[in-house]
Amino acid sequence: MTSATNTASRAHGSASLKHRLAERGIDTKLLLLVPAIVFALLLFVYPFAYGIGLTFQPLAATQDQWGGGFLSNYVAFFRDAFIFDSVWLTLKLALPAALFNVLVSIPIAFKLRNKFRGKRLLQTLLVLPITLGTVLTAQGLLIFAGRQGWLNRFLMENGIIDQPLALVNNYIGVMLSLIISGFPFAYLLISSYLSGIDPSLEAAAKTLGANWKQRFRRVTLPLLAPGLATTFILTFVLAFSVFPSARLVGDASGDTRVLALMAYRAFSEQLDYSMASTIAIMMGVVELIVIAFVFLGRSFLYKGSTGGKG
Amino acid sequence: MAPSTNTFETLELKNVGRSFGGHDALVDLNLTVRAGEFIALLGPSGCGKSTALNCLAGLLPLTHGEILIDGKRVDILPSEKRDFGMVFQNYALFPHLSVEKNIAFGLQMRNLPKAEITRRVADGLALVKLQEQAKKLPGQLSGGQQQRVAIARAVVLEPRLVLMDEPLSNLDAKLRLEMRTEIRRLHQSLGLTTIYVTHDQEEALSLADRLVVLREGRVQQIGTPEELHNNPTNWHVADFMGYRNIVDLTVDSVTGSLARVSGHGISIMATVAQTAAVGDTVRVAIRPSDLVVLAPGESPQGRETIEATVNVVEYQGREFAVEVTTTAGQNLFVHAYSALLPGSTVQLSVDPSRALVYRTSLDQVDDSRRQLAGVPA
Amino acid sequence: MSNSLRTRTAPPTEVVNIVKNRNKGKLPPGEKALIASPGTWFVWFGIAAFFILLFGIVLSVLVDSLGKPWFNTWLPENFTLGWYQESWERFNLTHIIGVTLLVAVSVIVISVVIGVPASYVLARSNFPGKKLVMLLFLLPILIPPITFGIPLATVMYNMGLGRTVLAVILVNLVPSVPFVIITMTPFIEQINPAIENAAKMCGANMYRVFTKVLAPLLIPGILAASILVLVRTVGMFDLTFLVSGPTSDTLVVAIYRAMTSAGGGESRQLISSMGVIYTALMLLILIIALRFINPTQLVAQVKDSRED
Repeated sequence: MTSATNTASRAHGSASLKHRLAERGIDTKLLLLVPAIVFALLLFVYPFAYGIGLTFQPLAATQDQWGGGFLSNYVAFFRDAFIFDSVWLTLKLALPAALFNVLVSIPIAFKLRNKFRGKRLLQTLLVLPITLGTVLTAQGLLIFAGRQGWLNRFLMENGIIDQPLALVNNYIGVMLSLIISGFPFAYLLISSYLSGIDPSLEAAAKTLGANWKQRFRRVTLPLLAPGLATTFILTFVLAFSVFPSARLVGDASGDTRVLALMAYRAFSEQLDYSMASTIAIMMGVVELIVIAFVFLGRSFLYKGSTGGKG
Repeated sequence: MAPSTNTFETLELKNVGRSFGGHDALVDLNLTVRAGEFIALLGPSGCGKSTALNCLAGLLPLTHGEILIDGKRVDILPSEKRDFGMVFQNYALFPHLSVEKNIAFGLQMRNLPKAEITRRVADGLALVKLQEQAKKLPGQLSGGQQQRVAIARAVVLEPRLVLMDEPLSNLDAKLRLEMRTEIRRLHQSLGLTTIYVTHDQEEALSLADRLVVLREGRVQQIGTPEELHNNPTNWHVADFMGYRNIVDLTVDSVTGSLARVSGHGISIMATVAQTAAVGDTVRVAIRPSDLVVLAPGESPQGRETIEATVNVVEYQGREFAVEVTTTAGQNLFVHAYSALLPGSTVQLSVDPSRALVYRTSLDQVDDSRRQLAGVPA
Repeated sequence: MSNSLRTRTAPPTEVVNIVKNRNKGKLPPGEKALIASPGTWFVWFGIAAFFILLFGIVLSVLVDSLGKPWFNTWLPENFTLGWYQESWERFNLTHIIGVTLLVAVSVIVISVVIGVPASYVLARSNFPGKKLVMLLFLLPILIPPITFGIPLATVMYNMGLGRTVLAVILVNLVPSVPFVIITMTPFIEQINPAIENAAKMCGANMYRVFTKVLAPLLIPGILAASILVLVRTVGMFDLTFLVSGPTSDTLVVAIYRAMTSAGGGESRQLISSMGVIYTALMLLILIIALRFINPTQLVAQVKDSRED
């Protein structure tokens, strides 16, 4: 609507400059946008730009150790195995967690989309983990799944295992915590996407002779794909920035040495703000690369219009 | 409710136009409306009729032209100061306000005394027979009732002009007929000047004092229902007015206002509605009801007949709608009063005054506009 | 959920029929037909495992916070409320909860005041650069909090705002304002713009269109967005942790600091009791909030014809 140029030379009635700008969407209404944009520039764009600038001002110590002049922080990031390995450690946690949460949510959302008694209760209970928060989840995991916790005690007393399972202070602990916080989120999102699909489409497929599998694969899944991609991205973002649980129920100097933790250490323990910013910004870059891949995959999977949401 | 006193002599639209980006949605609309008139803007979707209405309402700024009431410009006023009432296609009732509060809304905006608001809301409710629904929310009403609230909300203000944007298009067929009568009744009793947008020619013909037919943003014809019904100015208006048979034929000869046209197994005398010369390809428009099926042995009363084969017969109550094919394969639509057998051969004839000859092009308006536009690329 | 659904149109009859047909004749309607399939077993097993873990966690913390002492047994030897009293005094929880609520309320009010007008523009107008503006508001939600949190915290410390409540409020606004914008934009989009035009045609000026028509229609959406911001802000660890100090810690951060403080951390029961207080606070907030609004109003457009 606003793309082509205006045929301006005809006699104008009430079409003053103001009106012609209004036609392109520029009017006083836009003033309402100003506070939000000023806010975003001051508290997001400026600090971000400042942080990027900071990454090019490495400490003398970093330059001495790694060289590379003003790029020294980046040299250190890629060369220092202790830092760089945390990229893989973070992805090794976040990708499986997000994938698990999405894949498990699909059949559950499907089975639970029909009305049944207790559905409302079940959905309310699923929202419960929101009230727990990461820190309490961590504390609970330490107690419940710890060596002397109820879980190991139950398994041992029933003779299922001889030795307590090591479920916390390692990779598994962080993964459990990511599932507890991520699964309800993924389930609620997917079931809302699922309910947005017009059931008459599946009914139509049924009348055309499609069986359950065909209906799912040819009708529902393609329509759901954009929603699944969005859900995956959002759960991945949640899991990717995992920080407190990596420290509390993980192995903070080993298997769960995630990027957020490394950035925080540089920031508050080593007081190396430029290195901290470098790790933080590389963390954002890695995340955006994964998101870009998901979008790419989505456009391969599904090319039609999303019919509204996506 | 008393007839409105808040009125004017004339409403003039002068060269009103509106473009979106490079696309002209409405071009040079000229129209003079007298107080109390009921005008229908008619055309297919995308013809610019809703654009025209929104320009009048002030919801869209004009790209060019002006709107005057008794010589005073109103197009520079914001919508809320024009003192027009409007009925929207999807009713646009305030979902959080009860029926009576919806109707009172405009009166409150005019800061009228409480007692007067109460009285006029009661009048408005009575007018549309919704007294019992006064306390309900719009969501609890049926489509027809919601439409009535929307109408009451507009007319209770006794506005200078009432604008209606396809108000009946969301109703089912039966309700549409009822509401059509209701709107006509309201107009007759209140005398409010009304501009009504519709794509339904039957609705426009039955409601309006005058019709404005639009196509691609340009006025095709302005006239009374009879004028449009009997003498469309071009084949497009004819098509819209129910001239279902539109056939391209060649002019063989012209005698005064009559011409002999032929082609596609048809050769008839027809009335020249737009200038035509011998040898021209022209577009001939005939209503199905004007194509008479001759009974076996009946004389064509000196007229040429068209021989055709019956294809499809639909029963439509009093008559049969029949699709036939001429010997040269041209499909025609005719009305018959007896059931015809598919596959049988029939003879058709038409009164020359009811077969109208038009040029194939609709460009007359465009020509003048191109000269006007001149400069821009 | 049923409240918002009830106002929607009834399900088309053919859908009802399909649902009925799925239950293959003899079986009564409902879940009976589903129980047979292995997929259903998987679903129920998954849900059960999840809830065992969830309730295990919650109950463990609760029992721990009441136990005295609890080591190698199923349940503690004695129960006491002493840990609550001790943690309340030791960590000055009155102050910490006060700060938490102050931060949460400030963030909500400012986010709504800044965010709702912006989402109105984004929902109603097309203007050059709209995509760019949308991206600007989407990034703070998509990018990990640490990524912009560390540069932001550096700026805060440079400006001398470090460890103040103001800094905590400001950093929490960064994801909250965009969050309000992103959730309110579709909410405003579903309000028929003709309603605003109708108000104008009734003679209402911009101010009255907003106060008499838009504001009442927006309130459910604003309340729902506020609650989500509240939950996010009270639960926000990463950003708050980066800039807060002893006087400006929110409850989550205080618990984390207690768990990781030097010397092996505080005694476990103290932390558990704080954790229970945190959950209780969160539940209390949610219950109060739910008395006023229906959280599903945000997804009100989503058709769910399988419910009544």
